[in-house]
Amino acid sequence: MTLQRRQVIGAAGALGLSAGLGTGLAGCASTALPARARVVVVGGGFGGATAAKYVRLLSQQRLDVVLVEPNASFVSCPTSNLVLGGHRTLAEITLPYDTLTRLHGVRHVRDRVARIDPDARQVVLASGPVIGYDKLILAPGIALDFDAIPGLRAGHDAGTVLQAWHAGGETAALRRQLEALPDGGVYALTIPEAPYRCPPGPYERASVIAGYFKAAKPRCKVVVFDANPDVTSKGALFKKVWAQDYPGQLEYRPSHKVAAVDAARGLLRFEVHEDFRADVLNVLPPMRAGTIALDTGLGNAGGRWVGVDYQSFASTRHPDIHVIGDAIQPAPAMPKSGHMANNQAKVAAAAVVARLAGWDIDPHPMLTNTCYSFVDGQRVVHVASVHAYVAADRTYQPVAGAGGLSPAPTALEGRYAWNWARTIWADTLA
Amino acid sequence: MPTALRRPARALPLAALCGALCGALLGGATLPAAAQSDAAALRLRTLAAACAACHGTEGRALPGSVVPGLAGQPAATLASQLRAFQRGEQPATVMHQLAKGYSDAQIDQLAAYFAARQP
Repeated sequence: MTLQRRQVIGAAGALGLSAGLGTGLAGCASTALPARARVVVVGGGFGGATAAKYVRLLSQQRLDVVLVEPNASFVSCPTSNLVLGGHRTLAEITLPYDTLTRLHGVRHVRDRVARIDPDARQVVLASGPVIGYDKLILAPGIALDFDAIPGLRAGHDAGTVLQAWHAGGETAALRRQLEALPDGGVYALTIPEAPYRCPPGPYERASVIAGYFKAAKPRCKVVVFDANPDVTSKGALFKKVWAQDYPGQLEYRPSHKVAAVDAARGLLRFEVHEDFRADVLNVLPPMRAGTIALDTGLGNAGGRWVGVDYQSFASTRHPDIHVIGDAIQPAPAMPKSGHMANNQAKVAAAAVVARLAGWDIDPHPMLTNTCYSFVDGQRVVHVASVHAYVAADRTYQPVAGAGGLSPAPTALEGRYAWNWARTIWADTLA
Repeated sequence: MPTALRRPARALPLAALCGALCGALLGGATLPAAAQSDAAALRLRTLAAACAACHGTEGRALPGSVVPGLAGQPAATLASQLRAFQRGEQPATVMHQLAKGYSDAQIDQLAAYFAARQP
């Protein structure tokens, strides 16, 4: 910590910044928090952590970065379905944040942001302190709307109806529910209307859990209730796997929107279809941008998502606040994925560096996405795409002729998928 | 209402950031401190950063990676492999699909960028 402060002061000194324009760290004796940072990043997921690291890298460590993230460690949503299937442990998909500090000089403040004042350019932490910024990068992820489905909040609060869509404690808890399920039991997974975080994630989850049942307790069954009219991602690939590998084990019911949950009786109620009883209810609530984004008035896309200028990811409401990741209104064919958030973070970080240096921002930013899904413990399918910013459309368009799907699940892609996870975790955090 | 987009007083001193970026982005070569070339270097570094999610930050693969690192490989090798992926002549699971998203000029820029990185 002492070393880092010296480095920061050194950088500010080298730039000839006065205390008033710099971080304020020089005048800040031994307090843990700076009164001011050039760039504050809120949220340490794939988007926020990558942004914090790349603002440091792309500015040659000349811009001070404070990351506000309450957790001490990062738990990866991608590959968390392998924990549900018993193929990986939660520890294997959990990584510390301290590498961002040790290797890149990012100041990690373990707190939540209570309020953002865009006019004063300040964030107010839940514990009280205020941090000023020149640019804010907001990566709040998604909020789960438990109140959209009657009975869901009570079932979730009671610990019986889990989401496990924020990876972490609920992932382990849902695994325990599946382990406790007697042979012959039924696991029901419900999927909200798109857009939601990780389009193929629910289908991967259903497949991996069906694989676990097939091996460990073959009379158990997975029933998927999808509010959408069809599988929203990798549909042909998943449906072929289900027909070939999990007949009788996995049942898929499209156009089933959950209307209510009766946790005590294990019941799902639907708008038009009959009630369904299951032993394990895994309800994915409707999703929207993380609460702090909507509280700050940034939810100008249907009141649920944040509208951004895609060239820089600056909010269309407050241009000094760049918003990345699952919280934004997506461009055409742009998924809410960790890989996409990692890529958006780099474009946003470069835009922040350019703007603070007084340069024009990149007129032609590009993004890629590669998204792997396991269909059992070993075999994987992917979808890949390349997205180019088209100035005339003021959005990204998928590059014609690029991108595509796996022809079929393979164990080779399973090796690539785990390699991808290790590599993107390191690119995001270390 | 949001305050002004950019306050001149807050802008990072251009010479300082420029000097830092020039030095590290372009391998220490001495360049005229033209903001234009610094901005271009930042753009190329950002374009290349898209590759990092699978190939490692700055093209340096993790120990034991089954995906090759890009840093320090000859530019001609990188460019010809990317073009072979584009034509479907190089066996691949994903790269033949991603390579088609990049122009000829971008391939040459990326190849030169990664060739100049320390492996």
